[in-house]
Amino acid sequence: MTPVLAIARRELRGYFVTPVAYVFMVIFLVLAGLLTFYTGDFYDRGLADLQPFFDMHPWLYLVLVPAVTMSTWAEERASGTLELLFSLPVTISQAVLGKFLAAWGFIGICLALTFPIWITVNYLGDPDNGVVLAGYVGSWLMAGAFIAIGTCMSTSTRSQIIAFILTAAVCFLLLLVGQPQVLDFFQDAVPPKLLGAMGQLSIARHANAIARGVLDLRDLVYFFATIVAWLAASVVVLDLKRTR
Amino acid sequence: MIETDRLTRCYGPLIAVDSLSLRAEPGQVLGLLGPNGAGKSTAMRMIAGFLTPTSGTARVCGHDVRKEPLAAKRALGYLPEGAPSYGEMTIREFLVFMVRVRGLERDVAFRRFDEVVMRLELDEVLDQTIGTLSKGLRRRVGLAQAILHDPPVLMLDEPTDGLDPNQKHSVRMLIDAMARERTILISTHLLEEVHALCNRVAIIANGRLLADATPAELEARSRYHGAVSFSAPGSGVSREMLARIPGVSMVEVDPLDGRVTVFPRAGQPILDDVQALLRTQNLEVSEIQLERGRLDEVFRQITTQRGGQA
Repeated sequence: MTPVLAIARRELRGYFVTPVAYVFMVIFLVLAGLLTFYTGDFYDRGLADLQPFFDMHPWLYLVLVPAVTMSTWAEERASGTLELLFSLPVTISQAVLGKFLAAWGFIGICLALTFPIWITVNYLGDPDNGVVLAGYVGSWLMAGAFIAIGTCMSTSTRSQIIAFILTAAVCFLLLLVGQPQVLDFFQDAVPPKLLGAMGQLSIARHANAIARGVLDLRDLVYFFATIVAWLAASVVVLDLKRTR
Repeated sequence: MIETDRLTRCYGPLIAVDSLSLRAEPGQVLGLLGPNGAGKSTAMRMIAGFLTPTSGTARVCGHDVRKEPLAAKRALGYLPEGAPSYGEMTIREFLVFMVRVRGLERDVAFRRFDEVVMRLELDEVLDQTIGTLSKGLRRRVGLAQAILHDPPVLMLDEPTDGLDPNQKHSVRMLIDAMARERTILISTHLLEEVHALCNRVAIIANGRLLADATPAELEARSRYHGAVSFSAPGSGVSREMLARIPGVSMVEVDPLDGRVTVFPRAGQPILDDVQALLRTQNLEVSEIQLERGRLDEVFRQITTQRGGQA
């Protein structure tokens, strides 16, 4: 077994030996259901699709993903096991990737457990299941971006609370930056090209396309690039911390 | 083999390890001895690849920790200070994880797992959660993890810290048993440990190497080396007569228990003369001892005097 998989496996098991995973799952599933039916007008829209469900995901992830990622590195540093981990024949990139895959896999499991809502919509109507699948893939990719951001924040501190708040703040910023109100606010201060770039940075904009079930290559590239960039930053932060 | 080459580490303006050059060969147990905060752990963390040296480097079995970190780490078994491990795992899960991360072959892994569990007497507690274990057991788990892949080089940061006398003894037996074909570096601030384990001692203070010698050589630096001490209760020993023996530099009487210590001039054997004198004086001596030298005194002398000058 490669070190990456060994680390991912250990981390994933770690979620389930403490109540954290179960608490998280229950809250995720309850919120995903409630928000879809109450604030998402699931019934009143009269459409057989899961757009209201996927529309809620960025906001769910905003609160819940930092809770998953906050401990990944901060706890290792605080408990001293980081020293053990880094004395093993494992590169920093392998360790970062392993932990990322564990968290991503965990969110994947949570997403998969929302299948009753997919059954519901199939029972009530005749949705385009290709669109639904695309929505799930997109949502999972978006979760990956949030996790990568959370990973980076967790590497930079030994306090889980700080990691949580920083992650939530950065994700919130990235969600908001594409909102028309925010872009309007900057309209006069920022050249139009930069304004366009700011809009493109927004998670919300890419998430919207995905919620509609459109898997555009540009959105995929955006999420993959976000994941790679934040994970690379995590590796750099961890390496820098070894030198001071 | 472990080799450090002008290994240096700074934390801001503080120099934690200052140009430390050491070398330990297979078969040697090198003890890093120093007061708390001397830089022992920092030096070990650099050798283990957890910290990057500010300058200089270290080699484990010839692999430079900066240029070939993975090869160096593969050759090294390391017990970090305080024996950290994942508290939510059982001992079995933890050791299996270590086997996987280190990528041991399946048959080798089984053999090593069984051997390590047997050596550290972990078989009855294998399925206990590490977080619930006593300090001594946790230390044994840390040791198990360090020797799991049968490394040619072992580095143990305060391996017996916090253990009771029996556990200390068994850990020392373990280290002794492994010492023959391996290079072992241990850090400690316990002088008894140096006697019990090490065949070489490096004393460091303020990050600097102050002495590198065998325990016997260090003891020879003590003013007690070759001194003769005895207890002669109920008799007034004549200090003047003792002091008149050729080769004696000084006589001290402990004000508490009346024990007499006769110090020699450098390198002069005085035991026979002292015994002869006591016999002719018909003094009743309950016990007499030739001192080897006191490591604690040498340690204090080296770490405070020279450390203070630095």
